[in-house]
Amino acid sequence: MNANKIYPWYFSSGAIVLYLLFIVAPALLGIYYSFTDWNSYSSEKNFIGLEHFRTILAGDPTYLLFIKNTVLFTLITSIAKTVLGLFLALLLVSGVKAANLHRMIIFSPQVLSFLIVGLVFKSLLDPNNGFVNVTLRSLGLDVLAQNWLGSLTWAMPSIMAVDTWKGMGYIMVLFIAGLLAIPRDYYEAASIDGAGFGQKLFRITIPMLMPTITIATVLNITYGLRVFDAVYVLTNGGPGNATDVINTAVYSSFAKGYWGLGSALSTILFVIMAIISFFIIRLMNRKVEF
Amino acid sequence: MRVKKQLVSIGLNVLAWLLSLVVLIPFVVIVLNSFKSDAEAKVLKLTLPEKFVFENYKIVYEQGHLGGSFFNSLLHSTASSLLLVFVVAFSAFTLSRNHSKFSQFLYFFLILGITLPLNYIPLMEVMKSLGMINSHVGMILLYTAMGIPISLFITYAFVSNIPKELDEAAIMDGCNGIKLFLRIIVPLLTSVLVTVFVLNFLSVWNEFTAPLYMLNTVEMWPMTLAVYNFFGQFSAQWNLVSADIVLTSLPVLIVFLIGQKYIVGGLTSGAVKG
Repeated sequence: MNANKIYPWYFSSGAIVLYLLFIVAPALLGIYYSFTDWNSYSSEKNFIGLEHFRTILAGDPTYLLFIKNTVLFTLITSIAKTVLGLFLALLLVSGVKAANLHRMIIFSPQVLSFLIVGLVFKSLLDPNNGFVNVTLRSLGLDVLAQNWLGSLTWAMPSIMAVDTWKGMGYIMVLFIAGLLAIPRDYYEAASIDGAGFGQKLFRITIPMLMPTITIATVLNITYGLRVFDAVYVLTNGGPGNATDVINTAVYSSFAKGYWGLGSALSTILFVIMAIISFFIIRLMNRKVEF
Repeated sequence: MRVKKQLVSIGLNVLAWLLSLVVLIPFVVIVLNSFKSDAEAKVLKLTLPEKFVFENYKIVYEQGHLGGSFFNSLLHSTASSLLLVFVVAFSAFTLSRNHSKFSQFLYFFLILGITLPLNYIPLMEVMKSLGMINSHVGMILLYTAMGIPISLFITYAFVSNIPKELDEAAIMDGCNGIKLFLRIIVPLLTSVLVTVFVLNFLSVWNEFTAPLYMLNTVEMWPMTLAVYNFFGQFSAQWNLVSADIVLTSLPVLIVFLIGQKYIVGGLTSGAVKG
């Protein structure tokens, strides 16, 4: 039986053409544009070599801040979602009543657009009349009321918290699936040997969940580095540039007409993502073999 | 010992409800707020409206371009999901069955897009040169392309689990590739194709970045852009903004409730086995 005849590769041509046209071509063009001075003010695209990369990495320190913000956002939300997701999953498989209802409620923000979630929290976090501050004041905790999205100290942590609130349900669902796949016998054997909750968690549950943790981490990191909607809707990068991330900077350089520079920023993001994905997969793969 | 166990169980149940409330309360505040008068909605509190103002919804519908943008979102989501199911079913079948080096390469090349960040600035250039800026066809094709990597990943694993003996039997009976695919494989793929459809429908419905770059006429806007724009105009009137948020989230929540099994199944597939 000749596989090429029965399963001709050109059955895939629809997917391949669309993918090449809308995903690969822009990616390659973007790398090329990174080396040009393409902008809305002149019709020519001149090759200028590494000029944009010099500006971003060594010239204007605000660009380094955007990169730092992106990495920090990714790091903290990834850890928060993984820890909270695991905690929620453990709680919901521990035999609580109406576990399916809880699972559905906690997962539900995941299906909403970040635009919606962003607008909800923009109103809840309003410094004067938002739900959070109004509630804190009515409890007599005036000191804790903050200008959540407008202060240099609180804007970034607020965005991270909102993002974690939205995304933890998805990670929880992944962990529930992972937990249910662990054979019961392991725990029974451990109980007979007198293992406590902590020992079971660190000796059985977490090692057995390593494949799920790998996937969750890769998802969290690739999502985190690409973040745009969350920041754009909640603060639009403000106050000042304090919460700008790479993709909001790409959008503002696009809006200003600095298309070559924007492409260079995208290319840097592309490189960071490629490197980090590579290392994470290698690192986690090694840990799985126990 | 038994008392202690019961106390732990009560504690865990209380904790689960507290955490669910953390997720629910923001929505409850918004829903309550959407029925309040302008003055009452100035301060966001967890209280019932003094009088239910249903007119908020009428104002939002009339001034928020919700009718037209609802149609745009529905068109983009449905058409791109249908097209996606079609192209992904074909490619998952051929790439997973054909074990040549070339098809293995094509598979990895296509799923690479799961992590690849989209570069919107050159994408605009590409769409412009194809005459697809501000066009429904352009958006539908773009969304289809964006959905390919993850959908192929989900479907590919599924096809691999269909025994190859089925193919052999069908070929013995005189099927060629295309007949085998349509008569034998597609019926077996129904559930995973529904998953792909539902997941893509939701993600296109929620898409905000692509339309922000690609669509600059009000008539073309999906609901996300219409809502964002509405917020820009009425940000001081939280009762209206809340009603707008409720109206926009409803279709998604309905799809979620109906397609729950498929959504969770699709999002977790592959995660357990790694």
